[in-house]
Parts: sequence; structure tokens; C-alpha cells
Amino acid sequence: MNLVDFQSAHLLVLAPEFLLVILAAVVMGLDVSLPESRRRQLGLVAAVGMFAAMALALIFSIPNGDNALLFGGMIRNDLLSFVFRMIFMFAGAITSLISMDVEGLGRRGEYYALLIASVIGMNFMAASADLVMLYLALETTSIGLYVLAGFLRDNDKSAEAGLKYFLFGAFTATVMLYGFSLLFGYTGQTNLYAIAAAIQNGSVPPFITVVASVLIIVGVGFKVAIVPFHFWTPDVYEGAPTPVTAFLSVASKSAGFAVLLRVFVAGFQGMALRMPGASWLPMLMAISAVTMTLGNLLALKQNNIKRMLAYSSIAHAGYALMGVVAFSQEGVAAALFYLIGYVVTNLAAFAVVILFARVSGSDEIADYAGLSRRSPPLALAMLVAFLSLGGMPPLAGFINKFFVFAAAMRSDLTWLVVVGVLNSIVGLYYYLIVLKWVWVKPAPEGASPIPVSRPYVFALSLLCFAIIFVGVVAAPWLDWAAQAAASLF
Amino acid sequence: MQFPFLSIITFTPMIVGVLLLLIPEDRKTETRVAALAGAALCLGMSLFVYFSYNVGQGGYQFVEKFDWIPRFGISYHVGVDGISNPMVLLTGIVIFTGVLISWGIDDRPREFFAFLFILATGVFGVFVSLDLFQLFFFYEIAVFPMYLLIAIWGWKVTREYAAMKLTLFLFIGSVVSLVGALAMYVTVGRATGVYTFDMLKMAEAQAAGVFNFNLNVPLLGSRPFEWVWFPFVFFGFAVLGGIYPFHNWSPDGHVAAPTAVSMFHAGVLMKLGAFAALRVGIMLLPEGARAHLPWIVVLTVINVVYGAFIAMRQTDLKYMIGYSSVSHMGLVSMAFATMNYTGYVGGAMQMFAHGVMTAMLFATVGMVYDRAHTRQMPELGGMARKMPFVLLGFTIASLSSMGMPGFAGFMAELPIFMGLWRAGTNTADFIAPYYAWIAVISALAIVITAAYLLIAIQRVFFGEISEEHDHHVGDVTVLDKVAITVLSITIVAVGLFPILMGPMVSSGVIAVLRIFGGA
Repeated sequence: MNLVDFQSAHLLVLAPEFLLVILAAVVMGLDVSLPESRRRQLGLVAAVGMFAAMALALIFSIPNGDNALLFGGMIRNDLLSFVFRMIFMFAGAITSLISMDVEGLGRRGEYYALLIASVIGMNFMAASADLVMLYLALETTSIGLYVLAGFLRDNDKSAEAGLKYFLFGAFTATVMLYGFSLLFGYTGQTNLYAIAAAIQNGSVPPFITVVASVLIIVGVGFKVAIVPFHFWTPDVYEGAPTPVTAFLSVASKSAGFAVLLRVFVAGFQGMALRMPGASWLPMLMAISAVTMTLGNLLALKQNNIKRMLAYSSIAHAGYALMGVVAFSQEGVAAALFYLIGYVVTNLAAFAVVILFARVSGSDEIADYAGLSRRSPPLALAMLVAFLSLGGMPPLAGFINKFFVFAAAMRSDLTWLVVVGVLNSIVGLYYYLIVLKWVWVKPAPEGASPIPVSRPYVFALSLLCFAIIFVGVVAAPWLDWAAQAAASLF
Repeated sequence: MQFPFLSIITFTPMIVGVLLLLIPEDRKTETRVAALAGAALCLGMSLFVYFSYNVGQGGYQFVEKFDWIPRFGISYHVGVDGISNPMVLLTGIVIFTGVLISWGIDDRPREFFAFLFILATGVFGVFVSLDLFQLFFFYEIAVFPMYLLIAIWGWKVTREYAAMKLTLFLFIGSVVSLVGALAMYVTVGRATGVYTFDMLKMAEAQAAGVFNFNLNVPLLGSRPFEWVWFPFVFFGFAVLGGIYPFHNWSPDGHVAAPTAVSMFHAGVLMKLGAFAALRVGIMLLPEGARAHLPWIVVLTVINVVYGAFIAMRQTDLKYMIGYSSVSHMGLVSMAFATMNYTGYVGGAMQMFAHGVMTAMLFATVGMVYDRAHTRQMPELGGMARKMPFVLLGFTIASLSSMGMPGFAGFMAELPIFMGLWRAGTNTADFIAPYYAWIAVISALAIVITAAYLLIAIQRVFFGEISEEHDHHVGDVTVLDKVAITVLSITIVAVGLFPILMGPMVSSGVIAVLRIFGGA
């Protein structure tokens, strides 16, 4: 542990978060003061603000490598949290951009304010090194997301999604809290690194660590959407407004991974080392295999693209989990790298879904017939996104999967790699089915081109470029991820 | 550092493909001209590389190497040897003629050429790869455009089914190989302390005995490392080479694909599988190869003979050539299974010879189909009068295919059978005494090949032309004739002047056999 007394310089570490708080207030203020006709600009303000927060983070908040515990041990200033914070802010910015033309969301200041509040919560989820802080951050994130999922309250499905998400979320968070309390009860500590030390030197009974780890997996598993805590996913993804779905599927999932890495790989590290057979490792291995298999198999049957992407996101959680259970620096690096690639890819996929639904009013896969003739650029973006999800080079998805598999292989998890590659075949199949509708099937009579406004053009071009860039120029990202991973071990 | 010829060859198609997508949709002629220019550049460069390869020196030439992802030991590493160099030239020829033949495509030519060119980048990339990661990278790039090319521009009746079947077969194959490749990567890394995907370094490690240990396999007990992983790697790639019993995707894919894609598919893509099976399977796991290839010979015989018989039974011209391709690619795998010099020279030559000749067959069949709108042999006839040039091309390719002296096929097929006959001498396996018989049985396939091709020529080009065809079938375009000429010249040139290719292939083969020890 590397506990550091408060210095005012530490505030700079949180500079992006301060900016985000101000941003949320500004958006709310503009919502009141701008005339109705100009409220579409709110999304732009939110997006620019979050990009600015990223820039601010890059200038002031890059951790110096001493992995110090700041603010009385609440926050750990390491590269892992930094990478995750960048992911969340990027996802938030893109989500704001792709919300701008969505009816019922795009012109509502409170929507953006809630989104920003969730991003702030996630940033702290990734950075927190203390169970209290962690829980606080988790709730900050979740409460915002519950409201966002049910934001279109006149829409039954959206309302149902909000309620369902809330009930599941509140329940699993409580279970997790019980796990936290067990750890606190036996160690007298709330700081994760102090708890890690206690587990490491064996002062916590093994049985208690096992129970606590199971309870915590419930809470984290809900966020990440792994089997068997995935039941909410398809309904919430389908019912929630699509930009919120996009945000949930990338940012909320990544936030779950941030907690997973922090609590398990760092906190319970000693447990995995001391009793490899009975720790959380074999449990997560099994979960990883079941998650990707079930996610992919259920995705096969879906006719609604949002439900399909929901199951696909479950499957992808399984792949990324492979990197975590490889339990090595390479593995964690591969998992992080996987998330980076997955975030840009899935956001691109959802951006197309949003644009398409605005014109057709439908999320049925069959309605995508002939998109390649209606809007060739949009079809091309879809091609890039879905092939990346399917794991084809030169796109991010290929290299992501490759490294996850390689890392698992290095940890002698050949069986898991075999499960993974078999799953990627199933995955490719249903992604190709969507592309078949887009590219092969003829368009319905009188189908009009799909208008794409400028923020969407920008977002989609940026994302497609990023998908290819991550897929080809992988070295810098991977180095980043590897350094972040090193801060856990 | 020398001029990066191979990188330019590899990435030109990709860049051209992306640029094509930027051309406005209604500028169809400009699109085609740009595509042709790109293809011509590739062909020119590959010709240059082919003829400036220093045969006397041998080994890998035009090598370029940069770190790509150093943390995982991945580099961008390209080079050609005596085996891959003809393959690069073959790809150049097929992409050039493929563009010429696709001139008439009117439905979204921009996207068609763009996808075809991305495919070409994948193919070039695999042939020049000296890094295992990079090889997979390009291998997959070569797989997925096939799906779109077949599903969008293919034959309406079967295209969706065939495209999906093909893509899934090839993807399954590639991921199976991937597992084996990762096993090699991890093993080499653990033993030497340096994790690397560089195939040359992996081969060195193999030669140093890194793979000489046993693995515990469920049900089979303790088995040597190479024995366990060779089948994964070999069959994973050989799926794309059309090896029995995983050949099933291939005729369906050939038939459903538009002409240029069939040419690419049968002419180049199937070689990709055989080539990768050689490069990764046999060259990196020679002991595994030595253990498994004797029984794989039996599969290849089925491949060759059964493929020929099925081809004989077809009335659809394209299915006939599709199965003929399976049969001939069986010869390539068979050659690799001989594990001797003669056989390997034949196999490497066959990859080139079959590539050119099958591209020609598919091209000419496509020309007939485009004009007569049927591929059923009983409905065709008398095409010689309408399109004599197509008859010429089809005949040259057929003669090569049946192994007539003076054509490329002869230079390839004869050594394969000779090699197979002799293969018994360098193995002590149970199968050793029967190699001569196997050679005789598989040589029968040549007779069958001659039969179905001659029957096809007779039925399609001679005999009575139906009244309907007499009215509307016209001659082929100048561009088609240029394509036929290019392919014909290649077939005859290699057949008459084997010195153009023999020594180069030989230099590559000797290096491969050195891995097996002596020979």
C-alpha cells in the first residue's frame, strides 16, 4: 500500500471529473435558457465537453506510475483507472452525439445531465480503491442508468426496461454489498488493498473469501451481463432508448470489468495464488465458457437487432472474461484491449441502428433488407462494425480475439480457447445473417435513402476509422493496456 | 533498405479497393478502368518480382521486416521463396484477367471490384507472409469478401446457401489452425523465453528440438507434441485446399460465385489453403507431418479419384469444373504427402498450373453462360461457331488439365505420380509397400479427367446449336479475348519452357526437404 497524504496537486487527478460536474450543470442551465429550436445543440455541448474532459485528462491526469492511493485511500491513481476513464468519457461523448436526433431524448437537457452523471460514476468505479467509494460510485452510475433506461416513459417497453433494470440492479447491488460487509467484518478494513493484504497473509478464513467472492460476482456479473446474471439484458436493451442501450452495452459493461479487475485480480489476488483450485478463478472460467456459448446460441434466434446485439454483448463479455481468467499481465492487457475494441465497434453498430430506426421506425433485422442500396455509406459502416464484431481482420475484433485467445493459451487454458474459437464461428454466422439482409436482399418498394446528419457522419466516421486503426495499429493500444495491467500485479 | 516490392504488391489492391469506393456510384466506366489499372500494376510488379528472383541464391528474397506488435512478438515480415513466388505471379495473373472478364458486371461494379481487390490483398498477403500472426491476418481478409462477392453477385439459385457454407467452412478451418498455431507459439515462447510469431524463428526452434516432448491427450494417452497438433494445423488450412472429406463447400461455392470470383476462388484461393498447410503445417511441424502424412495419402487418393468420378457425372458445366478442381487440388495435397523431392516439385508446379488452367476453365464457362444463359451441357452445342476463341481457351486448359505434354499441367502431374511411386522408399509405415499401387490408382483419375473434359468440349462446342442460341448468342468481347490470350500464353509457356519455373520451384523445394533431414 502506498497511502499518500492529501496535497492540492491531487485534485488535478480528478480534473476531468470536476469538468464533467460543471458540464452537467451547464447542460441543465442551457436546457432552461435555450429556446426550443436550438436545444438540439445540447448534445453537441455534452459531446464537446466530454471530449474536452478527455483532453484534460490527457494533459493533467496521466498517472505518474507510483500507483498512489489518494484521498485517504479512496482513489488509486493508476493507469488501469485512467484507461477505463478514457473509455467511459469517449463512450459518453459518442453517445451524446448519436442521441442528438433521437426523438424524446435529443432535445432534453436532463437526458444529457444524467448521462454525464453516469460517466462520472463510472470514472469513480474504475478509480476507487475502497469498498465504500466503490459502492457509492456504483450507485451513482446505476441510478442514472435506471432513469435513462426508462427515459421514454410514455413508451411501455422503455418503462418496463427501466423498472426491470432497476429491480435487478438494486437486488444484485445489495447482494454485492453483503459480500463487501463480510470482507469488512473479517478484516476491519474497507480499503481494497488492505483487504488484499489480509487475504494474502491468510488472516481471512478461506471459506469467507469464497463466499464474499461469490456474492461480489453477483453484483459485478449484473453490470457485465454474464451468465447467470444476464436475464435483464435482452429486455432492457430492447426497451431502452437505443442510445442508452449503446451506452449500457459498452460503458456499463466496461465499468463492470473495471470493478471485476480491481476487486478480483487485485483484491482477491492472494486467494487465486494461495488456493488456485477453490478460488474465484475456476468459477469465472466456467462462467466465461457458459457466457459466450449461451450468448451466441441465443443470439442466433433473434429477429430484433437490439435483442441480437444484447445477446452478442453477453457473448463478448465471455470473450473478454477469458483474458481476466488467464490471470496474467498479458491476459488482463488482452481483456482491456478487447474492451477498447469492443467499445468502438459496438457504438458503431448501434449508431447505424439508431439512424435506421429513425426512418423506418423498426428494429427488426428483416427490415434492414436492401440497406446497401438505400444508403451505401451506412451499409458500409454496418459492414465494418459487424465484421469487427465477428472477428474479421483488419478490424479491431480480430486482433482483440486473437490476443485474448493467445493470452488464455499462455495460461494453459486450451479448453477455453477451443470453446472460444467454436463460439466465434457461431458469432460470425449471425453477424453474417444481418449483413445478408443489408447487402443481399432487395430493398422494399419505395424505400427512401436514410438521411444522416452531420454529428452522425462525424461519429460514424470516427468510429469506423477507430475500428480499423485499433485493428491494424495495435501496438500503442496494447502497450497502454499492458502497462495498465501491470499496475494490478 | 531495398524497395518494398512485396508490400506494394500486397497493399495496392487494398488501396485501389478503398479508392474505388470513393468514386461516385454512376461512374461505372471509370470504376472499371481504375480497377484494371490497379490489377495491371499488381501483375506488372509480380512479374518483375518473379523474374528478378535470384534462383541461384535461393531462400527468402525481397524480405522486409518491421516490428508490428513487439509485445507479443509479432512483426510485419514478408519475403518470397521458390514456392511462394510463382503463387504471387499466379495471383497477379488471375486478378488481372478476372477484372477483364468482369467488365460486364453492371450491378454495383464499384463494390464488386472493391471487395474483389480486398480479397486480393488477403491472398497476396498470405503468400508473402513469414510471420504466423500476419498469415492469419491476411488469411481471414481473404475469406470474408468471398461471402459478399458470392452472396451479392452470385447465381441467384444457390448463392446465399453456398456463400454461407463456404464462409463457415473456411472460418472453422482457420480457427482450428489458429488453436494449433497458438500452441506452437506458446511452446516456443516457453522453451526459448522469446515469444515470437516469426515463422523462421519458430522453424529454428523446431529444429533445435523445442517440440520434442509428449503431451497427455485425453483418451489417447501420451503423444508427441507435433503428433497432436499437426492435424489441427494441417487440416484447418487444407479445408481451403479442398481436402476430402472437407471439400464439400468448394463445388457449391464455385458454382454460385460470379465468374471472376470462381476464377479467384478455384485458381488462387484453394492454393492458399494448400500453401498455408505446407508453410505452417508441414514446415513447422515436420515430425508431425512424417507421422500423419502416410494415412493422409489415402484421403488425397479419394480426393483425386472420387473428385474425378463426380465431375464425370455432372451435367452442369460449372459443377463439373468445380469437382475437377477438387480432384486436382487433391493432387497437390497428395504431392505434399509424398515427402520427397520429385513429389514436392510436382506439387508446387501443380499449384501454379492448376491455378492458371482452372481460372481459364471458369472464365470460358462464364463466357458461355453469360451468352447462352445455361450451363447444362445437354442444352448447349455448336458454340464453336459462335465463339471460336473460347473453344481455343477451353481446349488449351483442358489439355493442360489432363496432363498433355507441352502444357503446364504435364510438368506438374507427371512428377507427382513419380514422386508418389517412389514415396514408399523413405517411409517405414504400414502403407509403404502400396505406394506404387496408389500411384497407379490415382493416375486413373487422369484418364477420367480426359474423358469428361473431352466430352464437355464435344457437347458444348460442337454438335448442333439450338435454334434459340443460334439467334442470340454472339462472340465474346475483345477484353475476354485478351484474358484468354494471357492465360493461354502462360499455360503454354510454362509447358514448353519449364525452365521458366522449374529451377525456382526446385530451389524452394530443396529448402523444404532440408527440414525433413537430407533428401
